[in-house]
Amino acid sequence: MNFLLEIGTEEIPHWMIPGALEQMAAVPFFMGSSEVDATPRRLVVRYTGFAERTPDDVMIVKGPPVSAGDRAAAGFAKKQGVGLGALTKVGDYYELRKDVPGRAVRDILAESLPGIIFGIQWPKTMYWTGGKTGPRFIRPIRWIVALLDDQVIPFELAGVKSGNITRGHRILGSPSIPVTFDTYEAELRKNFVILSADQRRDKIDAEIKQLGAKPDTDLVETLTFITEYPTAIRGDFDPAFLELPAEVLTTVMRHHQKYFSVESTPGKLAPHFIAVMNTSGDPEGLVKRGNERVLKARFNDARFFWDVDQHKKLADRVADLSHVTFQAKLGSYLEKTERIVKLVDELGGSAHAQRAAYLCKADLTTEMVKEFTDLQGQVGGLYARHQGEPESVAKAIYDHYKPLSMEGEIPSTHEGQLVALADKLDTLRGCFAVGLVPTGSKDPFALRRAAQGVVKILVEAKLDYKLDDLATGDLREFLLDRIKYFFREIQGFKYDEVNAVLASSCGTLADVESRLTALAAVRPTEDFEPLAASFKRIQNILKQADFEPNDVLDQSLLEDGPERALHADFVRVRDAAKVETYAKALEQIASLRPRVDLFFDKVLVNAKDERVRNNRLTLLHNLLTEFSTIADFSEIVTSGDHK
Amino acid sequence: MDSFQQTIFKLKRYWDERGAIIQEPYDVEVGAGTMCPETFLRVLGPKPYRVAYVQPSRRPADGRYGENPNRLYKHMQLQVILKPSPDDILDQYLGSLEAIGLDLSKHDIKFEEDNWESPTLGAWGIGWQVMLDGQEITQFTYFQQCGGIDLDLVPAEITYGLERLVAFLQGVESVYDIEWTRGVKYADVRLADELQFSVYNFEMANVDRLWRLLGEYEAECKELLAKYEDYPDKQRFPVLATYDQVLKCSHLFNLLDARGAISVTERVGVIKRVRDLAVGTAKLWADQQQGVA
Repeated sequence: MNFLLEIGTEEIPHWMIPGALEQMAAVPFFMGSSEVDATPRRLVVRYTGFAERTPDDVMIVKGPPVSAGDRAAAGFAKKQGVGLGALTKVGDYYELRKDVPGRAVRDILAESLPGIIFGIQWPKTMYWTGGKTGPRFIRPIRWIVALLDDQVIPFELAGVKSGNITRGHRILGSPSIPVTFDTYEAELRKNFVILSADQRRDKIDAEIKQLGAKPDTDLVETLTFITEYPTAIRGDFDPAFLELPAEVLTTVMRHHQKYFSVESTPGKLAPHFIAVMNTSGDPEGLVKRGNERVLKARFNDARFFWDVDQHKKLADRVADLSHVTFQAKLGSYLEKTERIVKLVDELGGSAHAQRAAYLCKADLTTEMVKEFTDLQGQVGGLYARHQGEPESVAKAIYDHYKPLSMEGEIPSTHEGQLVALADKLDTLRGCFAVGLVPTGSKDPFALRRAAQGVVKILVEAKLDYKLDDLATGDLREFLLDRIKYFFREIQGFKYDEVNAVLASSCGTLADVESRLTALAAVRPTEDFEPLAASFKRIQNILKQADFEPNDVLDQSLLEDGPERALHADFVRVRDAAKVETYAKALEQIASLRPRVDLFFDKVLVNAKDERVRNNRLTLLHNLLTEFSTIADFSEIVTSGDHK
Repeated sequence: MDSFQQTIFKLKRYWDERGAIIQEPYDVEVGAGTMCPETFLRVLGPKPYRVAYVQPSRRPADGRYGENPNRLYKHMQLQVILKPSPDDILDQYLGSLEAIGLDLSKHDIKFEEDNWESPTLGAWGIGWQVMLDGQEITQFTYFQQCGGIDLDLVPAEITYGLERLVAFLQGVESVYDIEWTRGVKYADVRLADELQFSVYNFEMANVDRLWRLLGEYEAECKELLAKYEDYPDKQRFPVLATYDQVLKCSHLFNLLDARGAISVTERVGVIKRVRDLAVGTAKLWADQQQGVA
């Protein structure tokens, strides 16, 4: 039998719908041949192939042992509500076989659906009927269609009775449409509801493409779940507004109005926009005109902000930052500015880098940033350029919030990289100093993102600063954690390789990256993992012997054969490794494997003569320390490990 | 084309036909229609209530000396409270747009998530901004909590931004060009307030005195709040007058804010002072209402 459930609601926030659909698809009842769909006003499950009834079943209840006598058997039978004759002897025990008749799936669904519907988890819920003890959902539920073929599955929730009546588009459709499983989707379509998100997305994609929109998949996704019947239209604005920075125009269009922008040539805005309506068309052009008017007002605001802001240069705004709190315990943005300037100086930044650092937060006092918060930094950069600051200063200010995410770009200039680094480091140092450290999922000052930014800049810009020079204590550990995350999750190195390289040392991150690259390259060669296993063995031997390295190796104590041969190769490889690339050096070290194996095969480390024993331990110790400067091989997980 | 006041008449008539009391504006300064006792206090408690009123709302920091075509120190809201919210409330709302002359089949209407929260009132709700051809024309909220109290009957609050709505209907680009009534523009009626109050709010309001006034109104409010418990005849107790003191404090806070006299750090503290008064007054009102029932 075919099942249809439609939960009719008032408009659900677009960004929550995909998550709700995922949950509905994962309800055990609906696993298998089900289809989930949604618009802002309806969550829908369709399932083909329910049985009419669940199968009849037999339940076996185990009774007392036969040896317990008739009284025990009678007691068991009485408790089960049957006569003694109903029991059967199976082996040494009594048993009762009960027939459990199958149930109508319709009844099971009627019982289960309210729980399934209210079981959907939402980021934020509301109550709307029955006070705070009433049902909670994302928005009020206004109707429910629940059908098994053409029969209603009867239940009630939040005062709404299930039925076979759906509703069309708020304006263009009928408010009362009887449906069956088979007619449902087509009836909706007739009433200007495109049920399938994929079809709405395709319609938007095709129409905006035809109208020349600049692609923007996130915005398409938003509009897919804000509309039941999306239709794109193109509008125009006065080309005079193109004098305003493209960043400002795009932000207004995208974030405030959910419009796509149009480019005349790549990177150059054209005086048009594309809006997606929740209706079938705009034959009289009223919607187009309305949107054009709104956009004009918004652009006028932006122009007003730009003009007002030019009355006071960025440089003259820095002092005003004393009124803008960075963080209660860490003072104002003026104080932060002073710290960033100092830090850029310490990092060896040029005069331009320091100038950028001095100006970088001044845009926080502008009307433009107060209105378009997302444009902080960018506005400062644009104003700096407009006010005649050197291009490298303007660019550094513009970029200094980058990278905005793990995938985001880092600042493109050296000055920008230094200011961005200093800004983030200052935030991290300050917050750690006053105990504002992220715990679990709580990270109100976005310190993880700041730390990730620091790591990404250091690696990708190949900056010559060592971790220990930038951070100490808990912050060093915090950054180390982010460094591991970065190389593992973003660059795709294996976790043990990352651990091995960082256990050896953490100098500059560019160096860490080269060592990792070399290690990952040598990892699959046949000698490497066995050698790593031997290193682990050496480490254990030294540990068990409580070895304290204080003696210099005495060559005269070396035994001819495997021991002397190992020493000779050790010296050769050590000297070669000092001048080789990391990759070559690692290859050389790996080539020691036969020598090391032979040594362990033939030579007894635990010699009777204490001097010989100590000399052997010294040899092993030297081997371990000399060859652990690229990576600590004992961190490598080999096939012999159980991790 | 309807004038500003004709559109207001039509909206009032529409909600009159749906059983709402048509109230007149409250006479103490408020930042939004929500702050009027007709909303803030009436949504509390188990008694159903329906009311609609135009409320001039003062937001000192939004003043632009009458120079910005879309931003006003004082704008008009038409506020509708339906408690409890009827099941077809959104259809009723759309009906009100038809009633003021919009043919919705020719326009684009979207309900976009916009939850409302007022830290100074200890109030929040769930809802949408209603977008008409890309223009926000209404804020729609299902109140969940007010004065820190969970609501028994969830009301729907519909707040029409009258200037924006009428500018849209009349097709003008500046609110000052709205035709208020035949031959009279919005600017003729209101431009002087916008200019003069911007000057006062941003340049001339005496900061020290505003702080003192805030302290005085707060003291009056606290004194009243403290007297309720031992007051013998609860129904006589002036909870409404107590609430006026809260409104005065809230407005003074907004003025000080516009004047740039409140640092970010202080801000949180002052908001809490006002919220404590609002929450305290809401409690008294809820208690007094139980006595009525």
